[in-house]
Amino acid sequence: MAVDGIAAPRRAAPRLGIGRLWYRVKGSPLTLIGAAIGLLVLIVIIAAPVLAPYPPDKISLSARLAAPSLQHFFGTDEVGRDLFSRVLFGARASCGIAFAIVIISTVIGSIVGCLSGVIGGVVDTAIMRLMDVFLALPALILAMALAAALGPSLFNAMLAVAVVRVPAYVRLARGQTLSLRNRTYVKASRSFGASPGYLLRWHILPNALSPIIVQATLDLGGTILTAAALSFIGLGAQPPTSEWGSMVSSGRNYFLDQWWYVTFPGLAILVSAMGFNLLGDGLRDMLDPRLGGR
Amino acid sequence: MTEPPLLSVEDVEVRYRVTSGWFGGADVHAVNGVSFSVAEGETIGIVGESGCGKSTLGQAILGLTSVSAGSIKLRGTERDHSRRTHMQIIFQDPQSSLDPRLPVWRLITEPLHIRGGYARKELIDRATELAVSVGLRPEHVDRYPHEFSGGQRQRIAIARALAVEPALLVLDEPTSALDVSVQAQIVNLLLGLQAERKLSYVLISHDVSLVRHVADRVAVMYLGQIVEEGPALDVLDAPKHPYTRTLLDAVPSFERPLASIAARAGELPSNRTLPTGCFYRERCPWATTGCELPQLLVPADGLRAVRCHLVTGVNETAIPRLASPSASLLPNGAGT
Repeated sequence: MAVDGIAAPRRAAPRLGIGRLWYRVKGSPLTLIGAAIGLLVLIVIIAAPVLAPYPPDKISLSARLAAPSLQHFFGTDEVGRDLFSRVLFGARASCGIAFAIVIISTVIGSIVGCLSGVIGGVVDTAIMRLMDVFLALPALILAMALAAALGPSLFNAMLAVAVVRVPAYVRLARGQTLSLRNRTYVKASRSFGASPGYLLRWHILPNALSPIIVQATLDLGGTILTAAALSFIGLGAQPPTSEWGSMVSSGRNYFLDQWWYVTFPGLAILVSAMGFNLLGDGLRDMLDPRLGGR
Repeated sequence: MTEPPLLSVEDVEVRYRVTSGWFGGADVHAVNGVSFSVAEGETIGIVGESGCGKSTLGQAILGLTSVSAGSIKLRGTERDHSRRTHMQIIFQDPQSSLDPRLPVWRLITEPLHIRGGYARKELIDRATELAVSVGLRPEHVDRYPHEFSGGQRQRIAIARALAVEPALLVLDEPTSALDVSVQAQIVNLLLGLQAERKLSYVLISHDVSLVRHVADRVAVMYLGQIVEEGPALDVLDAPKHPYTRTLLDAVPSFERPLASIAARAGELPSNRTLPTGCFYRERCPWATTGCELPQLLVPADGLRAVRCHLVTGVNETAIPRLASPSASLLPNGAGT
């Protein structure tokens, strides 16, 4: 027997709805800056062909190493390519790659970590020891080794950095699972006959998600740096692909006389990495249950 | 008795392995041979101090903790999948027993959702119906748990337990996380639901006055054993086992100054290695010869059973250990 008012249930605002998030973001200017930079990067990635005044590969030998001007906002490089356009297109390689890396490692890491926590026993031990091995090696060195072994290319660099990032997510997701597994509501659900899959889907993953999202956002900045570093030493994007790391790398030969060549791609790396770090910090503060923001 | 009782717990033991070091682990003996039964519509109160194994017993009944020995039968048959719908549990802390990310209608109908095969609309309708029956308003079903007070959350938890029409509820300290004023409301709700739905309750609590108010029968637990069991008013008004007396004396009142209680208190012995003989011997003010022997739970007078040879005059010397479960059912304790 339905009670009045149930035919059209009124949806209450979800706890983490856009409006609620916005309300919190407004209170924190740094998070706002981070979010703005993140948004800007996203727009540039999508709309680079529209925004860029020149094609990124257009060579103009008459305007080699031109200083910044109204024609070339960021100047040009040694074959006269417009640096502004190359930085815009570089966002696709640098940040797009970083997004892909973080998404790949987050998805793999969360699934492996949650399964490891739920299954437990020998499987759990084996997975965690393997992750310890990965963590024992310095991330950039491991990425370099993988990139060198697989051959230098953007895809291989991406794969290498993703592999390096996975252990952090596995540990995080497993730790979350272990603590959630003993929550009373999970016990209650088990007493109603819920299967491990049900618990994972409805109770463990949704509740483990916010720290994972925070970790992923914080990692974006670091991943941009790692991807740029690999390209800088020639193990990532190969010329003529415009990528910030490799632009800085080729520009460093001209650093003393043509400062703009390294400066603008370098600033792009700095600003985007900082933006994602600020956003991640802000999100962590907002989503951290201990700060009452859950 | 022609028909088996609704719930019968027979010689249940629960052990946990707590450490698994290189030199072998240690076991916690949480529950050590507990037997009792619950009839339809009856409330049995299980009292005891913290750490005596009463919550573990409650979880073992639900199957949340595996039982090391003994059996738990529902209407005479061993528990199986169907027990899920016949027994439900209410936890102490409604703050943590409700998933913060799900709306109330989804929380209440979780047991149905797990079973599957219901449309969303059916679940919402059912949730509304249940919410109203526990004193919530229909519009509450769209909200999230953090929007409710402790008492309202406990109502949500109760509604959830009722979703599958259980015959028995295990109430694990259902009111101890709540304000005093709210406790009374929840207790009255539980009593009302019991009358309405012929529910049986296993009430686990350290609150003696709550148990006195609600329970028909009481079992007093000490170190994983029942030391005294009988009609609630008999046991609570005229305790026989020395431990029951200490426990009831520890309930603060105006007649008894607290100082006299502190003197008698003491620590619960470790449950890693169980004491030999009477478990309560070391703290018992009346300990004497014979207490070093294991004690049996045998009928003392009428409907009451006590595990103390000073009260019952029975010692285990003459009875092999394996016979102990049936011994407590025999009229005269079957021994010297």
